[in-house]
Order: sequence, then structure tokens, then C-alpha cells
Amino acid sequence: MLRNRVVYLALSLCLMAASPAGRAALTIEITQGIEGAQPIAVVPFGWDGAGQPPQDVAGIIAADLKRSGQFSPLASSDFISQPHDNDRIQFHDWRLLGAPNLVVGTVRPEGVGYRVLFRLYDIYKETQLIGYSIPTTPAELRHTAHHISDMIYESLTGEPGAFDTRIAYVTEVRDAAGKSRYSLMVADADGYNPRAALSSTQPIMSPAWSPDGKRLAYVSFENGRPEIYIQELATQRRQRISAYEGLNGAPAFSPDGTHLALVLSKDGNPEIYIMDLANRSLRRLTHNIAIDTEPAWTPDGKNIVFTSDRGGGPQIYQKPARGGDVRRLSFEGEYNARAAVSSNGQLVAMVDGHDGKFRIAVLDRSNGTMRVLTDNTLDESPSFAPNGRMIIYATQVGNKGVLEAVSVDGRIHQRLGERTGDAREPAWSPFIQ
Amino acid sequence: MNVIVKATVAMLAAVMVVACSEQGASVKSPGASAPPAASGGPATPQEQGGESGAAQTSPIGGQGGMQGDELSNPDSPLHQRVVYFDFDKSNIKDQFEPLLKAHAAYLADHPDVHVTLEGNTDERGTREYNMALGERRAKSVYQYLTLLGVAPSQLKTISYGEERPAALGHDESAWSKNRRVELDYGNQ
Repeated sequence: MLRNRVVYLALSLCLMAASPAGRAALTIEITQGIEGAQPIAVVPFGWDGAGQPPQDVAGIIAADLKRSGQFSPLASSDFISQPHDNDRIQFHDWRLLGAPNLVVGTVRPEGVGYRVLFRLYDIYKETQLIGYSIPTTPAELRHTAHHISDMIYESLTGEPGAFDTRIAYVTEVRDAAGKSRYSLMVADADGYNPRAALSSTQPIMSPAWSPDGKRLAYVSFENGRPEIYIQELATQRRQRISAYEGLNGAPAFSPDGTHLALVLSKDGNPEIYIMDLANRSLRRLTHNIAIDTEPAWTPDGKNIVFTSDRGGGPQIYQKPARGGDVRRLSFEGEYNARAAVSSNGQLVAMVDGHDGKFRIAVLDRSNGTMRVLTDNTLDESPSFAPNGRMIIYATQVGNKGVLEAVSVDGRIHQRLGERTGDAREPAWSPFIQ
Repeated sequence: MNVIVKATVAMLAAVMVVACSEQGASVKSPGASAPPAASGGPATPQEQGGESGAAQTSPIGGQGGMQGDELSNPDSPLHQRVVYFDFDKSNIKDQFEPLLKAHAAYLADHPDVHVTLEGNTDERGTREYNMALGERRAKSVYQYLTLLGVAPSQLKTISYGEERPAALGHDESAWSKNRRVELDYGNQ
């Protein structure tokens, strides 16, 4: 559990000062879809130590649950009592508030760290659904809170939560002279603990997570042309893995982490290649004079979903990763590109260009239906949460590049407002192991 | 003295022979769909409309001062170094042919001069597709120039996709300025 002790360093580039720990670079607001959320009572956690509690753990949990759009935490001022353990809970009092579930807990100093105890109750049945005691460190306390949110979410919805995950994204900040500074950022899924993994005066593009959540592949122009790097987040070590003539772009780790799909134009025009990361050998996958780019793996690792304009305009296609026949997947709209595949393989998110608007759409492969989820004009870079519930993407609001998220059913919309500069190209991490 | 004069005359004669033979090589006007002329010789400025007439004598006298002046002359067509494109397109529009012909003539006449063709797109659509589209635009200009006799060794292409917009707005007036290939002569 070294996540918060991670030091990110950009070799030969500037190390950008991170925001103070615990501050959010991204403020998250739900813009649509709060109605229908289920009330839940999250009582402020007890603190057995001296002075102020180190974090408002209950507040973090309540914010997580609220952000999912599926829960509506009650204001703590409505609570008649503030129990921290099971012995003092008067279920009939809580029943009056109309929330079917209650969360209570305590943070207790233990050694150099803490122990967090929490319980989730069904108020109507007067039973405990789950209860855990979790040791943690000061640096890991926020993650422990997110982990508790995940357990509560899973207990109540039957699906894993994705609160204890991270988001990588690229920012561009222009100074008064118009000079840009680009940063590859990694923040917690709630926008807190932002860190610059890389900072450069030249563009950074296309961050992609390794399946273990420990490395990022990305494109950097730091040498004046696009080159692909893989950087280990915890050790600051990075390697340039592709610097061929022409394009080096769109890296995507295979689900088992042993291969990287990428785009090279060294043979004349953009083609998709598969690199064996053990020896960097390349196998060319596509053979077409059109643009072939933006590869994404299906979760079984057997197929590559990609963008090609072989039919005249960009559309989404699929080809077996070991070679074989190409199949077209998208048919609606004149412009479909940059596919992302959900972790169960059923949904393919993409950028859908239609009547001059570029919006996020989802293709359901079980029945072939395509559904547009957003109503913006300049959406791009969709990325699924690892539990498949939400899609994060980039868009323009006013003159600012911002990140937004939408639930895969299109009901819940969130905006993640970057405080300074433009944010773009979000990539939601896998479940952190 | 005599020797120098004779040598100069011989050089001039040699240049004339080269010039004549170059004029003999037919260079097709590059239509959008014309394949690269594999055996086509370099074009001469005269053939391409004589915009670069001032550079004709430079092979004899050395080219340092002349090319700097010509490239920096605001009245020269060489001063225009941006070609614009339609959305998701990479074909050279008719209106930019004179500009590219002037650059082709100059480059054919100055084989030591190198230029980087920088392909760019507007912000619409997806970033890696736009990287590919920017490269396709740069290669479209590359093909046009080599068809007119510019040596491939004088040209380099690079794509910046939508990463380096020339105009920062989010409407067609900005987008139209960003769908472009820039001819970058570096410090020459």
C-alpha cells in the first residue's frame, strides 16, 4: 500500500509541484440524475484520539455514495443521535428518517496509524449487513474510506464499487505569454491527491493504464516528435519503448499486461501493431492504405477494436488480435472513433460525430443497439470505470476543457471541474490491486 | 586570369546543359489523384511559372544570401507557408496550388534547403485519429512537392494532430485556421 508515498518524477523534465495532499484538483458535481437516488444515513465517525480527527471518513463515504448518483446521503443535522457502534442504535428512531440503511463507524489511533471500524445496517430488518475493522496509515486513510464506500456499494447494489480507483488525465495550462505546459496527472477517482507523473513544454497524449494499475503508457512530444513511453508510477522509472519514424501513438496494454497495441506509420501509413513487451518485437496487425488507429482490447484479449476510415470516414472495426477477418461494428453516424470496451465486453463506448456534434455513444453488442449518452458538441476520449457503471470523457464547456462522467444508462451526469487550465484524455484506472 | 575566365565559361556551359536537360524532363501538373512520378526529374522555376526567377542565378554564385532574402521577402509567394484543408480531408485545394508550386520551384532550385511539413487538424473528432489525419495532410503536401521535382531528402513530415492549434477558439473560424500544413524552413 505505497500509493500515497509514490513520488512521481519526470526524467530530464520538470518535476511539477503537486497540490497539497488532500486537496482536490477536480471538484465533482452531479449535474443530472440525482432524482431517484436512495436515501442513506452515514453518521459522522467517532474519533478515539486526541484533538481533531485526521479525516472526515464519513464525509468521504457520503460524498462517494452521492457521486454515484444511486444514493442520497441525509444531512447529519437531521440525525437524532450519532451512534458509533451497535450498542446504542435505536432503529425505530432511524426508521422515521425514511432511509433504509445506516452506516456508523469509528477511527481509532493504533501504533503509527489507525484502525477504522464500520458497520452497515438494514434499518427495517434491524440487522447488520456488513462490518469490518481495517488497519490503515495516515497516508492511506482516504483510500480506506473509499474502500469502505466500495464495500457499502457492493453490499447494497450487488455490484463492485469503483471509488477506490484513480484517474489519469492530461492538463494544459497556458501562461500569460501563451506558452503551454502539459502535465500527465494522476488523481484519486474523487479528484483528490492529484500528482503530476510528467510535466513538459511539449504535448502529452493518450495515457493508458497497465492492467495492474501500476504503470502508464503515454505519448510524449518531448523530443519534438511523438514517442511512446511506459512509466512505473511508484518507482518513477520510465522507458521509451517506441520511437519509429512517423507516428508512434495510441498505446493500449493487453488485458494480461504482456503486450501493447500501438499505432505506427513507419511502413507508410498508420497501422496497428502488437508489441511483445518482453522483447519489444512487433507484429503488424492491420494492412490497409486507410488510417487504422485507436486500438482497444476486448477483455478476453482475443480481439482488437479500432478506428479505421477504410470505408470512407472513420468507423469502428474489430479484428482478432492474432490476425483474421475484419468486421465493422459501427454503422450509425458519419463519424465513429476512439472505442473503449467495458470490462464485461458487452458495451463499446465511442465518439459519435453526427450533424457537427461529437458526443459519447455506447454500442450494446448483445443486441447491436447504439445509444448516444451525452448532449455536447466536442466530446472525446471515453473511458469506462472498472465496474462498468460510468464512462468518464473529456469535453469543452465554454472555453475550458473539462472532464465529465455519465452512467452507462445515461441517467447520471457528473462534471469534474479542473481548477486551472484544460483537462483532457481521462483514463479510468483498473481496480487497484 | 585567363584560366579563371575559361573555367567560368565552362561552368556556365555546364549549368546551361543541365538546365536544358531539366527542361526536357516532363513534369506533369500534379492532379490530386496522380501517382508520384518515379522517374520525373526536378522541375525548373521557369516551368512552374517563374515566380522564383530571382533565384535562377544562385547555383552559379552560391546561394547563401539569395535564399535568405527570398524566403524573408514578404511579397514573395514563398512568404506564405500554410496550406489549409477541409474537415477530415487531406486533398490540396486548387487555391493553394500556386503557393506550393512556388515552394516546389524554390526547393528544386535549392537542393541544400530542407523543409519540414507539419500536419495539423482542428479539435473536432478524436486525438489519435487526428494525429493520423495530420500526418496524411503532411504527406499529401509531400507528395505534391515531390511530384514537382523536390527531392524527398529535402522534405520531412511530422503530425501534431490537434495538439498545436494556431487559433484557440471553438468555432469554424478557429477550426478553419487549424486544419493546416505548415512549411517550416527552420532557421534558413
